[in-house]
Amino acid sequence: MVRIPLGDYVEIFIDWLTDNFAGFFEGIKNALEATINGFEWVFSTIPFILMVLIFAAIAWKVAGRQTGIFTGLGLWLIGSMELWNATMQTFALVSTATAIALIIGIPLGIWMSRSNTLDKILRPVLDFMQTMPAFVYLIPAVYFFDLGPVPGAVATVIFAMPPVVRLTSLGIRQVPKEVIEASRSFGSTSSQLLYKVQIPLAMPTILAGLNQTILLSLSMVVISAMIGSGGLGDVVLKGITQMRIGLGFEGGLAVVILAMVLDRITQNLGQKRA
Amino acid sequence: MSKVEVKNVYKIFGPTPQNILPLLEKGTTKNEILKKTGHSVGVNNASFSVEQGEMFVVMGLSGSGKSTLIRCLNRLIEPTAGQVLIDGQDIVGCDKNTLIEIRRKKMAMVFQNFALLPHRTIIDNVAFGLEIQGKNQEERKEKAQQALELVGLKGYEESMPTELSGGMQQRVGLARALATDADILLMDEAFSALDPLIRKEMQDELLSLQVKMQKTIIFITHDLDEALKIGDRIAIMKDGVIVQIGTPEEILENPANEYVREFVQDVNRARVVTAASIMKRADTLVSSKEGVRVAVRKMKEESISSIFVVNKERQLEGIITIDDATEQIKNRKENIEKILNRDVQTVSPDTLIEELIPMVLNSRYPLVVVDENRKVLGIIFKASVLAGIIGEEDSDG
Repeated sequence: MVRIPLGDYVEIFIDWLTDNFAGFFEGIKNALEATINGFEWVFSTIPFILMVLIFAAIAWKVAGRQTGIFTGLGLWLIGSMELWNATMQTFALVSTATAIALIIGIPLGIWMSRSNTLDKILRPVLDFMQTMPAFVYLIPAVYFFDLGPVPGAVATVIFAMPPVVRLTSLGIRQVPKEVIEASRSFGSTSSQLLYKVQIPLAMPTILAGLNQTILLSLSMVVISAMIGSGGLGDVVLKGITQMRIGLGFEGGLAVVILAMVLDRITQNLGQKRA
Repeated sequence: MSKVEVKNVYKIFGPTPQNILPLLEKGTTKNEILKKTGHSVGVNNASFSVEQGEMFVVMGLSGSGKSTLIRCLNRLIEPTAGQVLIDGQDIVGCDKNTLIEIRRKKMAMVFQNFALLPHRTIIDNVAFGLEIQGKNQEERKEKAQQALELVGLKGYEESMPTELSGGMQQRVGLARALATDADILLMDEAFSALDPLIRKEMQDELLSLQVKMQKTIIFITHDLDEALKIGDRIAIMKDGVIVQIGTPEEILENPANEYVREFVQDVNRARVVTAASIMKRADTLVSSKEGVRVAVRKMKEESISSIFVVNKERQLEGIITIDDATEQIKNRKENIEKILNRDVQTVSPDTLIEELIPMVLNSRYPLVVVDENRKVLGIIFKASVLAGIIGEEDSDG
């Protein structure tokens, strides 16, 4: 049987990219680093208690009293496990990755909803991005961006972006035909149609995509810690490598709490609007 | 100049619609074209014109192409060929910006399933067209408020569409169309999704609004009764072709073909046919100047027992009976005024049979159809009313 050296080709391609686009990757790296550091600075400068209260208040407002109380208690528990700084590091990474996924994903989803050709092309690409074992992204990410939080963020964006693209496209395609016709019949331009009708009506679905993206980002936390992105992933990784079951559990629990808090908040954002 | 003029409009769905046009012109049917080429004919050579202030109804069953046709009028669907002139301007050939301008200023559309924006309040829904036009907040609110009051929804400004019943939602749809001050209203099965009682109420309201506003309305429906009730003129469509255009009565009286005839046969004629269609020509009248003797002679000639009396302008004076007249002649006191019975039931020519029935039953004499100056136009007998209901009146009226 003929062995197709697909792996070799990928290596050659990656080498070519690093040789020729070093400046480009350097730029991305600096921008990402600045963003992550910025988020981290904000999150860690705000005092622990204030941050817990802010989260609890937001959760209370959008999702009700129970969620508010749960959020307060959960975050307080994280603090009491002395994992607050690590959690804020992780939160900064997740925020950066989610922001980038939205900035790229929403326009892409809008475009995809308007073009059946692009839809056909993007579908398998999105499948690929989402189902390829996430570890595989780590290698080229390290190639281009060295170790640290930046390659972690890049790998996370690739893995976590598909839902927001897909659901933006789906949400816009699901806007009833008659409503579109009504808007056009009153003389709206395509951008008025998009901003006044399609996006508002697709918003609950787009927010469901945001929710999925955040949760997928969190599922990358431990994996990206393997290339030095730090945060809670690092805590869990330490627990694994040093066989410290307690530490691993605490780190894992903190990830779960953060995930639940973010999930409840974003989920209810969508339902409020619907 | 007509407000809306549609000239030879075609719409063919499929990959190469232009190739199908010659086939249609040769008279190939819709079904043959579908079988041979896979193209579906939506509208086949539609032409009609609608005048300012007219309520024009396009009626057809589902699949007849009526919804496609109305969408060709504002190019929600791009016609394959033909012209649509709005105030003399062809919108089929015009560029995008002109089209948007025409849609904003000249026409507004009302949809079958209301097509309201679920994320907006009622007032913001009504103001949508104005917002698209870039009108400022104040003007939007003011005009939307007026439109909302016009359709009787004052007090619901801040409600959401889902909180309203179907009939109320469609009022919002109507208010949204009225708020833009467009002259032309396109109404696509606007009342079809409503239950029968609400539908009737909305029809009545549209008619009374129309008296005030004098919009040019193009109304699509699959309901013949609705078409007959609200239409000044009706176009009947089948398989993309307009089979007949005419007033409700014209369509009932002279169906263009078997299809229309079958369609209209179950119509409640009493609600459509008017006095003008069933009245007999008033041949035997006597002028008050002619005197009693002439009247008696005329009654004897026609072997009738009473005769209507008119003045020299043919305006109705009253009725005399043969008994009273011969009595006078016998007593040699001939004075037509003395025996004249002025209590004669008159009706206007556009009175519906429905309204004539109780009158004709309660009146001793035939009904007289008069114009606004009491000039006699014709006479209605009990028998003509019956004939009118079953549609067998002869055509001397």
